[in-house]
Amino acid sequence: MSAADNSPQPARAPRRGLARLLPTGRTLVIAIPMLWLLVFFLVPFFVLGRISLAEAIIARPPYSPLFERDAEGTLAIIASLENYRFLLQDALYRNAYVSSIRIAAISTLFALLIGYPIAYYIARSPEPRRTILLLMVVLPFWTSFLLRVYAWQGFLRREGLINNTLISLGIIDQPLVMMQTDFAVYIGIVYTYLPFMILPLYANLTKLDGALLEAANDLGASPMVTFFTVTLPLSLPGIVAGSMLVFIPAIGEYVIPALLGGPDTLMIGRVLWDEFFQARDWPVASAVAIVMLVLVVAPIMWLQSVQNRRELQ
Amino acid sequence: MNPQAPDPLLPVAARPAGAPLAAEACPWTDPAARPFIAIRHVTKRFGDFTAVNDVSLNIYRGELFCLLGGSGCGKSTLLRMLAGFEKPTEGQILLDGQDMAHVPPDRRPTNMMFQSYALFPHMTVEKNVAYGLLREGKSKAEAYARVAEMLKLVKLEPFARRKPHQLSGGQRQRVALARALIKQPKLLLLDEPLGALDKKLREETQFELIRIQETLGVTFIVVTHDQDEAMTLATRIGVMDDGVIRQVGEPHQIYEEPASRYVADFIGTVNLFEGQVAMAAPDMMRVDTPALGAVNTRPVPGLTRGQTVWLAIRPERIGLSRERPAGDANTVQGVVDDVAYRGHMSSYRVRLAGGQMLRVTQSNLDRDADPISWDEPVFASFSPAATRVLTE
Repeated sequence: MSAADNSPQPARAPRRGLARLLPTGRTLVIAIPMLWLLVFFLVPFFVLGRISLAEAIIARPPYSPLFERDAEGTLAIIASLENYRFLLQDALYRNAYVSSIRIAAISTLFALLIGYPIAYYIARSPEPRRTILLLMVVLPFWTSFLLRVYAWQGFLRREGLINNTLISLGIIDQPLVMMQTDFAVYIGIVYTYLPFMILPLYANLTKLDGALLEAANDLGASPMVTFFTVTLPLSLPGIVAGSMLVFIPAIGEYVIPALLGGPDTLMIGRVLWDEFFQARDWPVASAVAIVMLVLVVAPIMWLQSVQNRRELQ
Repeated sequence: MNPQAPDPLLPVAARPAGAPLAAEACPWTDPAARPFIAIRHVTKRFGDFTAVNDVSLNIYRGELFCLLGGSGCGKSTLLRMLAGFEKPTEGQILLDGQDMAHVPPDRRPTNMMFQSYALFPHMTVEKNVAYGLLREGKSKAEAYARVAEMLKLVKLEPFARRKPHQLSGGQRQRVALARALIKQPKLLLLDEPLGALDKKLREETQFELIRIQETLGVTFIVVTHDQDEAMTLATRIGVMDDGVIRQVGEPHQIYEEPASRYVADFIGTVNLFEGQVAMAAPDMMRVDTPALGAVNTRPVPGLTRGQTVWLAIRPERIGLSRERPAGDANTVQGVVDDVAYRGHMSSYRVRLAGGQMLRVTQSNLDRDADPISWDEPVFASFSPAATRVLTE
């Protein structure tokens, strides 16, 4: 046993007999999140996938069964990609996807432009003020999201707060049309998801070593140049994390376009709702949901792999 | 560096190796010399805490000046005021005759090497070093040519494409130095430049720093808490304590002729004994101390009989013997309480009759077969020249 002589701490003794079949502590700890993901993510995903391959029928549940016995009694699997082809053919779905991605992307950009300075300011604030500011960022979560979006109607509508103020100040004489426009949807999304942009950025920017900024300044960089050459590149992980947290839920957003958007605001969440509850076409709705999931997951996985590769370098 | 090849990095004529330290090499001894950096009555307060208290200091071109002191003594604050990161509450800093009060850090002809090195983690070594040049508006080709030369000077060429986290502590230290030197600053500020290195590397790097400083002829101001480092590096040392400069002098002056108990105690090891002046004549002086009895000392002008003074005696200036030594050296009797063998020398703690301890170090150059050991009665002797009489 020369190998054992070299190692100061012998490896844990292998478990013998039936003890091998018992779960170890480590497996038990990992099992909880794994079980959660299995029950609440993977299983529904497969159910959805299975429905998307079926056909809509008037029955309960409103889709054709997966297995069918034909006249000779052989079991056949009935599945078709017809629903996916339908999505490709009908311009409505394509437009809804493109429009959702556009709205989510623009909202993410604005959330970033607004959230970055806020996160930076909080991260640079001295201690008592920093906690208060952070508290103010998360304070809106104490009120229902639905109520807060409703409240925006009061600001944006024809006789709303903004129009009344602008008219009484004499800046405009006709009320601006803000409700039921894409503009209102942007406001709603940026407002709702701003904390999700600020918090990861804040977490990243507090780690930024002040000496780096001084070093850049000392080497001749003005504060502006320092920001673009040091602060911004180093906060990239925070920007990516924050943008993901805004972009992903914004793509599938249903409540905000329903409450603030107009009939022209086309978002996939709404199409999905209509497909499920108006048309009661579960298979097509499932296909819409699966495609949306792929559209969202693909860029995340790509980004993750890019980041992993960068870290390995 | 090949002395024949003209080095484009050389901003001023460097002192050739081995040149005697003439008066021009010690400009602080020449009252007519114009200081390169003049710090005049500078005070810095943070709220009601005074970090730097009315400091005045002249530093000359080509010096390697060390600000030495414990943590919180104000040395780093003084350095940061020179770099421009802090503004003096009161007083004035002149650099090459120009008032620096309203010059922001990015416009100052100074560069700083940070204690943490502050290397940009997202940039390669090459890009870190090039950063300052590119901010000056130099073309990429020119900047990277200079970077290559600088990396050669600090022996880092093979690592140009690495990121800081792929380097060892010593390599990072050299990147930080190269980055701070690339713009050929008139003044380089170094905040604990060797603090993060292990002992062996630190000693090597000390001489490396001196070599680079002499090659480039840049004025260095080094902040350190390590007295060995200060002694090795510095042309002059400024000992700081509690926001005040206690003494400025060449390393040997600081060590041999400390101006106060604080400095004597801070630099190296010292035996300090309180006493009263018993006799003060122009050619000799005697001090009565409870611990050592009457001690003949070097005469200090301006002292009067009865005045309270302190005697500072360095341990290596005291001899130990079993027999009472002949001659007129001061001699005290004691018993060896403790011996520590430290390789090149041995440290003794000798208990005097009154119970006080006397620290003595003996070189092991001619260590005999029967060295003085524990519990032996011994005679400790020191000449009047080995004593330094301090009044504060």
